[in-house]
Amino acid sequence: MPQFADQRIIELDVRTDEMLVNMGPQHPSTHGVLRLVLRTDGEIVHEVIPHLGYLHRCAEKIGEHLAPPQWVPYTDRMDYLAAMNMNLGFSLTVEKLMSQVAPPKAQLIRVFVAELNRIASHLLGMGAYGLDLGSFTPFLYGFREREIILDLLEEVCGARLTYSYVTPGGVTHDLPEAIPIPPGLAMLTGRPAGATISWVDAVILFLDWLGPRIDDYHTLLTENHIFVQRTAGLGVLTREKAISYGCSGPVLRGSGVEFDLRRHGDKIYTSLYEKFEFDIPTAPFRNAPREVIVGDNWCRFYVRMLEVTQSMRILRQAADLWTIGGVSQDPAGHKVPYRLTTKLPAAEVYLETECPRGQMGFYVIGNGAAEPLRTRAKSSSFCNLSVISELCQGVLLADIPSIAGSLDIVMGEIDR
Amino acid sequence: MSSPTFEFALLEQQLPGGSVRLVEAATGDSWIELKSHALRQACQILRDHQDCQFNVLSDLTAVDWFSPAGKKPVIADPRFEVVYHLLSLSRRQTLTLKVILPRPGGDELSKDAELPEIPSIADLWLAANWHEREAFDMFGIRFKGHPDLRRILCPEDWEGYPLRKDYEFPLEYHGIRGR
Repeated sequence: MPQFADQRIIELDVRTDEMLVNMGPQHPSTHGVLRLVLRTDGEIVHEVIPHLGYLHRCAEKIGEHLAPPQWVPYTDRMDYLAAMNMNLGFSLTVEKLMSQVAPPKAQLIRVFVAELNRIASHLLGMGAYGLDLGSFTPFLYGFREREIILDLLEEVCGARLTYSYVTPGGVTHDLPEAIPIPPGLAMLTGRPAGATISWVDAVILFLDWLGPRIDDYHTLLTENHIFVQRTAGLGVLTREKAISYGCSGPVLRGSGVEFDLRRHGDKIYTSLYEKFEFDIPTAPFRNAPREVIVGDNWCRFYVRMLEVTQSMRILRQAADLWTIGGVSQDPAGHKVPYRLTTKLPAAEVYLETECPRGQMGFYVIGNGAAEPLRTRAKSSSFCNLSVISELCQGVLLADIPSIAGSLDIVMGEIDR
Repeated sequence: MSSPTFEFALLEQQLPGGSVRLVEAATGDSWIELKSHALRQACQILRDHQDCQFNVLSDLTAVDWFSPAGKKPVIADPRFEVVYHLLSLSRRQTLTLKVILPRPGGDELSKDAELPEIPSIADLWLAANWHEREAFDMFGIRFKGHPDLRRILCPEDWEGYPLRKDYEFPLEYHGIRGR
């Protein structure tokens, strides 16, 4: 090894230049078509410039030419991982504009499907985040569980991803009476395949099976030393910054703000949830590893994990309500009529609901015609992503997927 | 949503006369209408005043009230509205603000100098940065004082503003046939 008398020679020898590096739009860790232009010096990232718009299809413009029930499928394709929640948000906005209330039975069905979809979305987010950090097993586990939820939702409405199930006025179909037990669930629980079971019982069977599995995830990820090292203390978003950037959902709660629209939102939305007991997981957590700082990647991840448990609690209570006959079992009670020719009043409504990714807002202006004058979708991921330049300053290149993944963005929602 | 009479009274007291108006809607949301020169001061009051604490800008968007001839009847004057939806985390309250802007005549390819202009609030709420870029991209509204007013969803060299009511899809873009 050569000897250098002057230390500066070594420094000159390993000197690096600033370089512009493109990350995405094809890299798996960019979660859909997101392009990040990184200004790097060696392995240190000095600046991140996000470029969006690859999926842009002007859904808002299309909304000006369609009656609200016709636009519901477009909301599916925004957040394609939690389409039920998106349907629900838009339907509630239209119902509020029309001063209409969905029947109690429809409201309970909406809670069922929305919370199931929330679990599915968080499971995928959790699995994909594990994959971002180089751990493949949680991804397969997450998909295995999510598959059963998709089977259950398929029994309800026939679709696995883009449901269009919740519409203005209620839901399109009643819950099925008896279903063949989903093959995945039958295999995992040892039930005979082909046996029939009521839909609500199938949900409970699934929850009973999922409950103990949550511990596996905590062993695999939350408490895993490598995982903690790669997430704790990284991408710290302070409480003030999170509020100022308009962040919402797990990103906001991971920064220590206790705010959940299921409890603190508009009356029309909270009335769905007021019967149910659940907690709002918010950082800081007492059982967090020592390295964890409020608002870092680990907190955002952990909030999602705890929300799965809370959604399971809600589902169990909903199933109790359903089976003891807490709601009318009138077969036609799942919706009130809403026609495509129904005129919207000359008024406007802005309503936010709690989607798995955060507060999704819809803004509908009617002017006496069946088609709204303006349909606006304000997406939670849009605000959540806007913090990325701030979080990624001065981190290592390898930490970018860890930070971007912890925001759990869906590009279809950002570009709309 | 209840009518924002309290916020209105506070703003009317602190802002120069005639720059704020309360619009109470029979159905749907009521809102506070502002003159564009009073916008920044009003936002500052709403964000920082002890009894308001609107610390989140939930949404910022624009509405085009122009109605092309031969379609639906014209309801309002051709104009733009810039709409701000505020949220207070501590008070669990929401508030809608509106600023009415004149609409430049007809053509969506009008030169940048003719774009309607409104003060930017990107320094008051960091969330406004991207939202204002989106409103600029979609409606061609210039936000004066914005740190980096570029298109965000459309390509940099896209022509026209897609969410204007008289927008016409380009015949061709980089050799790709439209329409």
